[in-house]
Amino acid sequence: MNRGFVSLSRAMLLGFVRDRTALFFTILFPLMFLALFGGLLKNQGVSRSQVVEVGQVAVLDQLPADAKAEISKVLDVTKMADPAKALDAVRKGDYAAAIEQQGDQVVVRYSAADLVRAGTVRGIMESLVQQSNLALAGTPPRLKLNSEQVEDKSLTAIQFVTPGLLGWAIATGATFGAAMTLVTWREKRILRRLRLSPVSIGSVIGARVGVSIGVALVQTAIFLGVGLLPYFGLKLSSYWWMSIPVILVGTLSFLSIGLLAGAWAKTQEAANVIAQLVVLPMAFLSGSFFPLDSAPKWLQTVAQIFPLRHLNQAMLDVMVRGKGPEAVLPQMGILAGFAIVVTALAAWLFRWDDV
Amino acid sequence: MVSTIEVSEIHKAYGAVKAVDGVSLEVEAGEFFGILGPNGAGKTTTLEIIEGLRQADAGQVRLFGSSPWPRNSAVLPRIGVQLQASSFFERLTAREQIRTFASLYGVGPKKADEMLDVVGLSDKADTRAEKLSGGQMQRLSIACALVHDPELVFLDEPTAALDPQARRNLWDLLRAINTQGRTIVLTTHYMDEAEILCDRVAIMDRGKILQSGPPAELVRGLDAATHIAIETGVLPVEEARRMFDGTVEVDDDGVSLTFVTRTPAPVLATLAERNALRGLSVRGATLEDVFLNLTGREYRA
Repeated sequence: MNRGFVSLSRAMLLGFVRDRTALFFTILFPLMFLALFGGLLKNQGVSRSQVVEVGQVAVLDQLPADAKAEISKVLDVTKMADPAKALDAVRKGDYAAAIEQQGDQVVVRYSAADLVRAGTVRGIMESLVQQSNLALAGTPPRLKLNSEQVEDKSLTAIQFVTPGLLGWAIATGATFGAAMTLVTWREKRILRRLRLSPVSIGSVIGARVGVSIGVALVQTAIFLGVGLLPYFGLKLSSYWWMSIPVILVGTLSFLSIGLLAGAWAKTQEAANVIAQLVVLPMAFLSGSFFPLDSAPKWLQTVAQIFPLRHLNQAMLDVMVRGKGPEAVLPQMGILAGFAIVVTALAAWLFRWDDV
Repeated sequence: MVSTIEVSEIHKAYGAVKAVDGVSLEVEAGEFFGILGPNGAGKTTTLEIIEGLRQADAGQVRLFGSSPWPRNSAVLPRIGVQLQASSFFERLTAREQIRTFASLYGVGPKKADEMLDVVGLSDKADTRAEKLSGGQMQRLSIACALVHDPELVFLDEPTAALDPQARRNLWDLLRAINTQGRTIVLTTHYMDEAEILCDRVAIMDRGKILQSGPPAELVRGLDAATHIAIETGVLPVEEARRMFDGTVEVDDDGVSLTFVTRTPAPVLATLAERNALRGLSVRGATLEDVFLNLTGREYRA
């Protein structure tokens, strides 16, 4: 690459760094979402069910210490002496159920207001009663249930949110960067001026690609840096570095979208609108803001056309799900293919001039 | 020796509109050449074809003996182009702009800063291009066109939308550049500008060159009457008419008494004898008269 590449990269980078609006939308705005989602959803999932223990309940009180700890993960037990008061609290919805032992009977009184929670409490109490019965009968249990959590133990909201929002930020930066440069340079006749200078087309394109990749890597560094703060508690899996080549091909595919928008649009405003119309729906349908697992099947199929969907999947795989580097090769292939096809389309639509 | 620019019979049509309709011209090294014409005459298209930005439908263009189309990287470093709209990189200062352009040609920052000084923008070096005044912007864009020492410089309406001071300021600069031995091709629709600056002009309208030659020659060729005006009241109109036996057209508009003649010397001599020269002004034909005579007087935007 020659000197034109260096000086054009410098000019583009300075133009970007001095553009407060662009900086805000490519770095600060996505970061605000990260802080918001990462902070708000810190204690995500169904919280423990709160129950009242009226007087003495043997099945609860006589549990061994380790079983007690296990139960306390799902039940928050408060003791109360007065049964009437306890029932009143359940009626008001302060507690999911009131548990009382009357002789050989364990009575669970629940409110119909939250049947799911009431069902959970009933299920737990039933299994406790069964266990006590078996213990009293002296027969050792023949079958044993062994349950394990599917995800890594540390899989909290931040683990999902960081790759998704980073993907969105990169898509915004690369798409808008390419579209705006192309349209602005054409509108201001800089493209024309460059065409009349001995600089090669490769240097011009190379400079834009280089700057966009640089911006994407800075975004990645900032996002991971913020996510790894103890407050958010992001934990990267051992192959997280594989996300860097993934981000590189991802950036290329977003650049191609931007080039296409820039080749097609005549004015900056039009380029802006087109880029926005692509990036925002793409971010929603690619699971950048919320997981798509509960979305209808057809929507998930449609989402496959978006490069961001594949980038998000690949980043999740290697950053937090702990998959090996080879697991993301198919996605990288899709992203590269997308970039090639769309760039070719943009080159076909490309005009040096407005006329 | 080959001419710097040789254009023969170029044509360019956009749909049914013939923007350039058979233009031929030749520019020698060191010449200051002007292409004149009203808006839409085809000046800019002609220039773009010569620069190699567009391909002519027919005809031939030679720049330093070789064709500028398709993009000819042997010719590009030898030409400097100032475009009609000031094309600057966004949010870059004057110094950063010119240094960027300089490096595209492999010219170092020192030379770039010197060029900024030549156009008198050293004190504006740290100002962003979009904050410069119209005249400063034009000077910066000319500096960007000259930073790599081109032999041939194209200027497309460099003084459009400038105030009179900035225009004169720019004229001095352009003359200085030409004196250094550079060839300059300029388009303009200001006749006074072309008359003052250009060695030779071509007057264009509707895609054709109507006439070309040195401005003074074109004016002389027009054989137009001279207008001699003195202050009203110095001489009664009737007496003035009698003095020249009706051979001179005389008119008084209440401000000036005007004599229109093709033989100004005897008129001036007679007026001098009568000591009636108060408020004298003598106006010969200008390039503007040539232009209007050629293109017709009707108004066109």
